[in-house]
Amino acid sequence: MAVLSATEVEQRPTHPPKNKARWTASEEASGLALISPTLLYAVALLFLPILIVVAYSFWTQDYLTIDRTFTLQNYKTALGEPIYQDLLVRSLVISLVVSVVTVTLSYPIAWFISFHGGVHKNLWLFLITVPCWTSYLLRVMSWKVILGYGGVMNTGLLSIGIIDKPLTSLLYNSNAVVITLVHSWAAFAILPIFVSLEKVDRSLIEAAHDLGDNKLMSFLRVTLPLSLPGVISAFLIVMIPTVGDYVTPKLVGGKDGVMIATAIQAQFGKGANWPLGAALSVTTMVIVSAMAGIAVLALKLLVRMAK
Amino acid sequence: MPETPMITIEAVNKFYGIYKALDDVSLDIAAGEFFSLLGPSGCGKTTLLRSIAGFDTPSTGDIRIDGQSVIGTPPNRRPTNMVFQNYAIFPHLDVEENVAYGLKRLKLDASGERRRVGAALDQVRLGHLGKRRAHELSGGQRQRVALARALVMRPKVLLLDEPLSALDKKLREEMQVELRSLQKAVGITFILVTHDQYEALALSDRIAVMFGGRIAQVATPKEIYQRPTTRQIADFLGGMNFMKARITGETATRLSVETPRFGGVTLDKPLGFNARNGTATIGIRPERLRVLWDDAKADFELAGRVVDRHYFGEITHLIVDVPGMEQPLSVSETNNFGADDIPVGDAVRLAYDPDALVALSD
Repeated sequence: MAVLSATEVEQRPTHPPKNKARWTASEEASGLALISPTLLYAVALLFLPILIVVAYSFWTQDYLTIDRTFTLQNYKTALGEPIYQDLLVRSLVISLVVSVVTVTLSYPIAWFISFHGGVHKNLWLFLITVPCWTSYLLRVMSWKVILGYGGVMNTGLLSIGIIDKPLTSLLYNSNAVVITLVHSWAAFAILPIFVSLEKVDRSLIEAAHDLGDNKLMSFLRVTLPLSLPGVISAFLIVMIPTVGDYVTPKLVGGKDGVMIATAIQAQFGKGANWPLGAALSVTTMVIVSAMAGIAVLALKLLVRMAK
Repeated sequence: MPETPMITIEAVNKFYGIYKALDDVSLDIAAGEFFSLLGPSGCGKTTLLRSIAGFDTPSTGDIRIDGQSVIGTPPNRRPTNMVFQNYAIFPHLDVEENVAYGLKRLKLDASGERRRVGAALDQVRLGHLGKRRAHELSGGQRQRVALARALVMRPKVLLLDEPLSALDKKLREEMQVELRSLQKAVGITFILVTHDQYEALALSDRIAVMFGGRIAQVATPKEIYQRPTTRQIADFLGGMNFMKARITGETATRLSVETPRFGGVTLDKPLGFNARNGTATIGIRPERLRVLWDDAKADFELAGRVVDRHYFGEITHLIVDVPGMEQPLSVSETNNFGADDIPVGDAVRLAYDPDALVALSD
């Protein structure tokens, strides 16, 4: 008995450090250690700037100094001024149109590669990424060459005889922005849709045919609902960055294609009103998140109805 | 078969490039029959099933279902339904929606559809799980959903692609009994693809054994087990002892041979028999050899020595070396009389019935 209690007493103090040693060797600890550089990087370069932007949005700029008293005036301006309302609505509409068009055009491509790519699937995917090898700026500029007054499109249509004088409606408006953005983002939409289509068990499609569906019905009732995760991620991947796109509207948008990013840039630059720019940014961020959520729900609802 | 067969397969060939998946397959399957396609993997049995379902198209030949050629008819317009090997339960739908999947096209009213789905689920004893999703079901339950989903369509022919292979042994045996009684209850033609000979023997009215894209033998389970026509079939359906025997006489249907230790016997000549150098392959099943205890006597006896012993619970396999035979004989004896206690090296006497010997084509 005495021997037993002695060992107990001896063991007790060694217990906590032993536990600690075990934790540092655990999977949890090694996992945290593995992600910590990335985590720190993400925190430092993502959350901190956002926090600073949010903070700025509640302050006021007084020529060269910042007045750090809390105010909601910037949000009142951002949400109340007709110019910002217009810009925000236009940005959202353009990004929505771009996402819808991109996903609609990308889906058949992804479907074709997944179902009929055969042994060349990887080659097809490789070819799709080829345009991304050049600079984003160059790709946008090349659309200027295509859509311009004396551009490829106009001269082409002229030589076929469909039009008798060059169209001016191609470039420097929101259509040009949509066309350019759709092209830029197509590869990013095709990949997630392709991945989700690859995951669709082919025997499910056979089962649908076996149970009486023709090809269109089995697509609508099986393939499409099961590839929905890919469609949703494609939608979000395209929609979220395009709302705040700055380069494309600047280069091909003209007066008609100005989006919210241009206004934000103006506040941080010539306008010298960082707080208002910050408030515009935060407003855009919140509205985009809400829109994304609504879009996801709407897509899910649509599929449930097709069932 | 007096009436028109439910399924007629006529000289069907299927090529994948230069690979011949089906080689001149012809077959009649009667209405209401439980028919099995049995063979090792890659023998073409699944290709044949998929050709009947419409997922594969024969390169040449004709397939008729209920008298109608279905070549060029897509799967959705054939009177067949299939239970897939992995069951192919739609993961985004619950059990009821899975079963109702094919009914949607028939545009039944809501209550009629619900009745049919309910009846189909009751038939496979899943009435209480209607709202579950596929990932919430066990393997056996998924299989029942796949069965209900196919049967609710009231097909003329139900096609089953290795439906039990993913289940564990006990569940598999339960499902075999259930499948058989289900087939009796609905009375339609079932075509089962399997590589499990016991499953085929236990379930089928008739079995077609396939090797290398060809049909080797079509017969009832009993006939195919007791009177296999080739050595390959005999070997695939359980074990068999083979020996070479000298041909002493031959008529159109019968074959007289002189065996090394089983004496001279006259046997039925198997289909496609070809004598090579005047010898034939003769086989006897291990369970048709019996150990003779003490001073018991039998009309036909062999003497040998036990060289190995394998215990299988209810039976023991004795490997018995018989002088004068090329290979030792495998004997399957029940353990009721203590076959599991015979020491290796002991001399044993074996009894056999000459009727149990079969002549085989190579």
